[in-house]
Amino acid sequence: MREVNVSEITDVVEKLCIDSNYYLPEDVKNALEKALEGEESPLGKEILQDILKNQEIARTKNVPICQDTGLAVLFLELGQDVRLIGGDLNEAINEGVRRGYEKGYLRKSTVDDPFMDRKNLGDNTPAIIHTKIVPGEKVKMILAPKGGGSENMSALAMLKPSDGVEGIRKFVLDTVEKAGSNPCPPIIIGIGIGGTIEKTTLIAKQSLLRNLGEYNANPRIAELEKELLQQVNNLGIGPQGFGGRTTALAVHIETFPAHIASMPVAINIQCHAARHLEATI
Amino acid sequence: MSKRVNTPLTDEAVKDLKAGDRVLLNGIIYTGRDAAHKRLVEMIDNGEKLPMELRDQTIYYVGPCPAKPGQAIGSAGPTTSGRMDAYTPKLMDHGLRGMIGKGLRNQAVVDSIIKHTGVYFAAIGGAGALLAEAIKEAEVIAFPDLGAEAIYKLKVEDFPVTVIIDSQGNDLYKIGKEQYKK
Repeated sequence: MREVNVSEITDVVEKLCIDSNYYLPEDVKNALEKALEGEESPLGKEILQDILKNQEIARTKNVPICQDTGLAVLFLELGQDVRLIGGDLNEAINEGVRRGYEKGYLRKSTVDDPFMDRKNLGDNTPAIIHTKIVPGEKVKMILAPKGGGSENMSALAMLKPSDGVEGIRKFVLDTVEKAGSNPCPPIIIGIGIGGTIEKTTLIAKQSLLRNLGEYNANPRIAELEKELLQQVNNLGIGPQGFGGRTTALAVHIETFPAHIASMPVAINIQCHAARHLEATI
Repeated sequence: MSKRVNTPLTDEAVKDLKAGDRVLLNGIIYTGRDAAHKRLVEMIDNGEKLPMELRDQTIYYVGPCPAKPGQAIGSAGPTTSGRMDAYTPKLMDHGLRGMIGKGLRNQAVVDSIIKHTGVYFAAIGGAGALLAEAIKEAEVIAFPDLGAEAIYKLKVEDFPVTVIIDSQGNDLYKIGKEQYKK
């Protein structure tokens, strides 16, 4: 049994909030550079160059890549041999978010009550926390700030098993086409298939944490990822929706066993500012 | 090659802009997003005086990050424009001529743009650090209680945008997509 003081978790979350919003992951940068090479539209090329320039300014000046610094989504993997001391874990995480968003000059975007007053809570809490208990005595945290523009274009469908792959394909293409320029293309498309309504949505979001350029370990699923990427990019939406070859940088699919009666499919759309950063205590 | 355009916008300058043109804006623009739009329209409905003169002005749909010491403004890229569609025709009836945001607009907005010789520009969504560099001064002029959603008066120099919907109603989102669809 290893003791971890929750104040350490606060410190790590604070740093993750700031750094994830300032520094675009290397794999995303590489994918944008690759997209620039393949883009046919002259305007699309200019947009991709500006997007790359933007992340460079953010990195060198230590400022947020995007003004929508998101809701703070935290994936927490808690070792079962860890004993947390020093206070309430959830409060410690929220304190990290509060400090990170204040000290990092990040925008505070949480409002309450969501359908009545919509008053800004002023500190970007509460964090959205997904906890998984795992073997071992480590605490791993992945902070993935999620902006509203792309989240709003995400969708869920409770498909019938008989809808099959073609049903999934149609749902994905319809969702991306309808989203058009709204989610700041080029986008990353996270797809969850199977499980229950909340499980499928969660695995769709988790798929966005996978490095760009990596495919699902199951070759049949990897094949579908490649096919869907090609088809999405044939829609012509292009960078920022101005027309072009690069509508999406990647399609990631994660699956989970489903009920004999069900085939839920969730699509979580991520903008090109695909921010996520991890740390382990 | 980008065209340089000054704000407030003139009839002549707007008529010269075509969907797909890259433009560098210079002058004063105002920020406003969901909550500020709701309040502006309520003020118009109640016959109150607006916090700024809308005639020929441009509103930028943005909720910026707080400024770091030494910065005029924090990162400041556009938010999704469609959420402002419900309010836009009324603001254009009261003089608003230009809008900067990102994403699709509804038919009522397109009709209003044609009627008032207006223009809808897009700035690059997600390029908040780059766009903030073109904002030289920022001052909150209304609704400070809204925080990032307050109305700021911005002085911009060569602020990079692209014409999406021009005064004839041409829409780059439709034209561009058709061109590259396979």
